[in-house]
Amino acid sequence: MTRYILKRLVGMLVVVLIVLTIAFVIVRLAPGDPAALLLGPDATPEDAAELREKLGLNSPILVQYMAFLGNAVRGDLGNSLFFNRPVTEVLLARAEPTTFLALFSLLISLVIAVPIGIYAAYRRGSWLDQSAVSTAMLAASVPSFWTGLMFQRYLATEMGWFPASDYGGPDADFISRMGYLVLPSIVLGIVNSALILRFTRASMLDILGEDFVRTARSKGMSERRVVLRHALKNAAIPIITIIGLTFANLVSGAVVTERVFNLPGMGNLVVNAVLRRDYPVIQGTLIVVAVLYVLINLMVDLVYLLVDKRVRY
Amino acid sequence: MTASPILEVNDLQVEFATRRQSLVAVRDVSFALGAGKTLALVGESGSGKSVTSLAIMGLLPTAGRVTRGTIAFQRGSGETVDLATLSQPAMRHIRGAEIAMIFQEPMSSLNPLFTVGDQIGEMLMLHSNLSSVARRAKVLEMLDLVEIPAAASRMSAYPHELSGGMRQRVMIALALICRPLLLIADEPTTALDVTIQAQILELMRRLQRELGMSILFITHDLGVVAEIADEVAVMYAGEVVERAPTRPLYAHPRHPYTQGLIASIPRPGRAPGERLVPIHGTVPPPSAMPPGCAFAPRCPHAGPECEAPVALTEAAPGQLARCVKLRELAAHA
Ligand SMILES: Nc1ncnc2c1ncn2[C@@H]1O[C@H](COP(=O)(O)OP(=O)(O)O)[C@@H](O)[C@H]1O
Ligand SMILES: [Mg+2]
Repeated sequence: MTRYILKRLVGMLVVVLIVLTIAFVIVRLAPGDPAALLLGPDATPEDAAELREKLGLNSPILVQYMAFLGNAVRGDLGNSLFFNRPVTEVLLARAEPTTFLALFSLLISLVIAVPIGIYAAYRRGSWLDQSAVSTAMLAASVPSFWTGLMFQRYLATEMGWFPASDYGGPDADFISRMGYLVLPSIVLGIVNSALILRFTRASMLDILGEDFVRTARSKGMSERRVVLRHALKNAAIPIITIIGLTFANLVSGAVVTERVFNLPGMGNLVVNAVLRRDYPVIQGTLIVVAVLYVLINLMVDLVYLLVDKRVRY
Repeated sequence: MTASPILEVNDLQVEFATRRQSLVAVRDVSFALGAGKTLALVGESGSGKSVTSLAIMGLLPTAGRVTRGTIAFQRGSGETVDLATLSQPAMRHIRGAEIAMIFQEPMSSLNPLFTVGDQIGEMLMLHSNLSSVARRAKVLEMLDLVEIPAAASRMSAYPHELSGGMRQRVMIALALICRPLLLIADEPTTALDVTIQAQILELMRRLQRELGMSILFITHDLGVVAEIADEVAVMYAGEVVERAPTRPLYAHPRHPYTQGLIASIPRPGRAPGERLVPIHGTVPPPSAMPPGCAFAPRCPHAGPECEAPVALTEAAPGQLARCVKLRELAAHA
């Protein structure tokens, strides 16, 4: 077990190193002078020369690479051109709305999708199953900006139940900031619950046809116990995978939803950074998101280990 | 057969609803199983053995339904119930506790995510109010009884850590831990190696002597039947075609299908060069059933009279067969 985790950690480091390398190379492969690129179109040649010196762009590429890695390890991802502040700081400031939006919306989709998915599989072909599947398809095909706009218009503007957009002023307290996340969480929760519902249903259907489910029934237990204890535990692994992936996706930027609700999160940050050609921020986001994916993957694998003793370390 | 059978199936019919029609998978199946006895249900794959056993357990797939007949089961309390019409909640008290079942595939019949001890102990949790310590002790005792070596350490093993033979022993331990009155074994040795098969059969025989349960033993292999069964019901295409005590059935099989099955058993005593006689063709599916005798298309003795429906009739004292040409065949023999 410890050996397995060590092996995984080494693998993670390799992946992160590759991502760092890609981030390093991208800026240098882009046509033109990296310093000019990093400074943006309005920079004077003098500024560029100064930055080139500061970044060590005049030293050999390997030296530059080592310096870049060294900085990244210390948490120094350079300075944002637009904000004129360290990238790490900029990212941290945007982490809160994105993280909580991801958590809340994932919670909402789990509460909706997992029970319905299980029940739909159990009563496959029934009226409920068919309506669950078609509703899920509908929910997945409606674009989230449309749902978001509708919610804003009817639930926020007309009914006044929720704030329509933004994330509170600089002095808003935590609770009121979270209030701004209710509608976007529901929007994202609905979209993601469609996917999770279909996954839950499909993996439950697979498992319910297994011989050991028949054995469980032959023992004389309630259907509830057959489904929730014997079948669900076996169906859980693909469900956990999709939940992990969904969460990673959410954190790496619910771009559309953050824009519609004007939330100062990572998704919005990335879009703006691209529009502003703020290369250090793009680079930094790439690295943070990659590390996050790797971490979530590791967590999902560790959950497998807890659930399924057949998994070989 | 003894005076009061523990299980008496009468005129059982099971249908499967498909998109277009309803298929009769099992029809006119009747047999009786005496307390402490073993009845073998024999027939090729597709002849309706598993469907019959699942009907008894009340575990037919959702599309399947008992549409005729009764399944009388004498409970431990002495009360006789009809399993064909019993409610699911009532059935749950019988399943596992009074009627237990083991299945063909020891590889897939155990839940891969629970330990052997948990899966066997769950049976006691469902049907007794023993403490967890007492349950553990009983599971251990049961694992010893089915001759699993190092039983204490096997308690915490997962199914994938055991061989096929060991898993089938675990299934037997699981089935018998509540001391059921009836054990249904659906091809329990089919998936196992020949040597392991013999060990499992021997184990079942010994446990029956010690625990006294009745066994409904399902197999497609008439070869193993002689070793375990008191009585045999031969099934073909959803019907019982012959029913007799084991000895007379082997000595004088009356139905041409039974005769064919017996002729195709490989026997150690067979003279070299003596040929096994396979039965050509396959069991007709429920959707393509011939009008009269279901075996007629494959029967060497079939004639025009075989196209009319035929009932199970007495071929000899205690021996029933479903064939219009019984007399004729007996005269030739
Ligand atoms: N779930 C099902 N749906 C439709 N038909 C079935 C189903 N299960 C079994 N049958 C039918 O019942 C017949 C008998 O099957 P089965 O009892 O499994 O045979 P055996 O156990 O003797 O090999 C098969 O020919 C099959 O067509
Ligand atoms: Mg079968």
